Amino acid sequence: MLKVRVIPTLLYKDVGLVKGTGFNSWRRVGSAMPAIKVYNTRDVDELILMDISATVDGREPDFDAIAELAEECFVPLTVGGGVRDIEAVRLLLRAGADKVTVNSAAYARPELITEAALRFGSQCVVATIDAVKTGDRYVCHSHAAKQSTHQHPAEWAQRLEQLGAGEILIQSVERDGTLQGYDLDLIKCVTEAVSIPVIASGGAGTYQHMHEALTQAGASAVAAAAMFHFTEQTPAQAKAFLAALGVPVRDSQRVA
Amino acid sequence: MSVLIVDYGMGNLASVRRALEECGANAFISDNPADLSDCSHILLPGVGAFSDAMQRLQQGGWVEPLRRIVCDENIPLLGICLGMQLLADVGEEGGIHPGLGIIPGRVVRLQPVANERIPHVGWNSVAHRQHELFDGVPVNSDVYFVHSYHFIPADAEDIRATTPYCGHFVSAVGRGAAFGTQFHPEKSSRHGLRILRNFLTWRGEAAGLTNSEEQTPRFVRPPVRSYRA
Repeated sequence: MLKVRVIPTLLYKDVGLVKGTGFNSWRRVGSAMPAIKVYNTRDVDELILMDISATVDGREPDFDAIAELAEECFVPLTVGGGVRDIEAVRLLLRAGADKVTVNSAAYARPELITEAALRFGSQCVVATIDAVKTGDRYVCHSHAAKQSTHQHPAEWAQRLEQLGAGEILIQSVERDGTLQGYDLDLIKCVTEAVSIPVIASGGAGTYQHMHEALTQAGASAVAAAAMFHFTEQTPAQAKAFLAALGVPVRDSQRVA
Repeated sequence: MSVLIVDYGMGNLASVRRALEECGANAFISDNPADLSDCSHILLPGVGAFSDAMQRLQQGGWVEPLRRIVCDENIPLLGICLGMQLLADVGEEGGIHPGLGIIPGRVVRLQPVANERIPHVGWNSVAHRQHELFDGVPVNSDVYFVHSYHFIPADAEDIRATTPYCGHFVSAVGRGAAFGTQFHPEKSSRHGLRILRNFLTWRGEAAGLTNSEEQTPRFVRPPVRSYRA
């Protein structure tokens, strides 16, 4: 049976790891390399590595830095931030990324998703959606949530699937860093709109939150950052918790 | 032993090389088919689309040398993910395209059952048959997958493992000196590294390849549903 994935997200800015709240007030949480090594030793299901300032600063991903980090990473690695063209996708895969995530660039040039899927296969194209809630309506934002796009996340997710994306990473901007729980309505509207896997992100604070995103909102994977950076909770314990509630996780006999 | 990693412009070569080195191999990345004479093992990686990959293998001059060295000279080859699929006769991704034709079979899109999502991404179990490459790997161990297409071998004897998704699909194939895994051993933690280590000491099996005198069966219909490991 396919197992659900528990995915630590590492956000970096310059060379340091950071974590914020609502895509703002970034706190430094250390350097990237030791974190990658720890997660590698702990044998996590997958890792997401996101350069949060590349697009805003108008620069390319730092391919050399990513290659160095990927060297130490034996678990599946998704890399994003600043991916504007097919060449950046190619160079990230070459640097050691297993999957590449595209966000802002897809609004300006949706064909980028199709080009990347045709060249490298849908399975390595992860489309990220940053959703902001205004009243009771969700709107997709680009450029580290600084610009509104007027797209609805469910409609945009469907479009991304049609364009060739292999996975959707749905992030709630309000819940980001709050530890208050995932925005289940947001995640559910996206999982119901597409037939590709959806990774829930933004707001995880407890293992119970992860359970809700997987069982109530239909996510295939749960990503978390602040919960793993700032609390005692770990991916392995998250999986033990989920296994005890009957959710299929990898190596449940070992973590339980 | 020395492992040649085929560089045809696709895929994540660095992590494959690193994983092989971790297993004690001397691994080198090459875009020159002439280097095939200098290696004891071949690794065919691949992230990408079938048609594009075959075109690049052709442009790079790999197709005939790979067939010859694996089928006639019995040099062990491990194909990973798309690299496994390329071993087939035919791929259906992005139109109908001929593959390397080293293991008879066809590569088709996964057909989801109930509310299964495609691509098949994440950790899933492998029910494998006895084979040297799976030595020390318990049956139903979890390994890492990320794909939308799967290999249907023409000859059920070539099936080495199946995985429960979309019914059951074939997650490893083997014939003669050619072996393929739909999952990524280089990203599959200790079980994956064990498979790579096993590959390094594997000498391939002499009989039964496409270039042998015996006529091999061509693709007829999917044998997958009837097979249970």
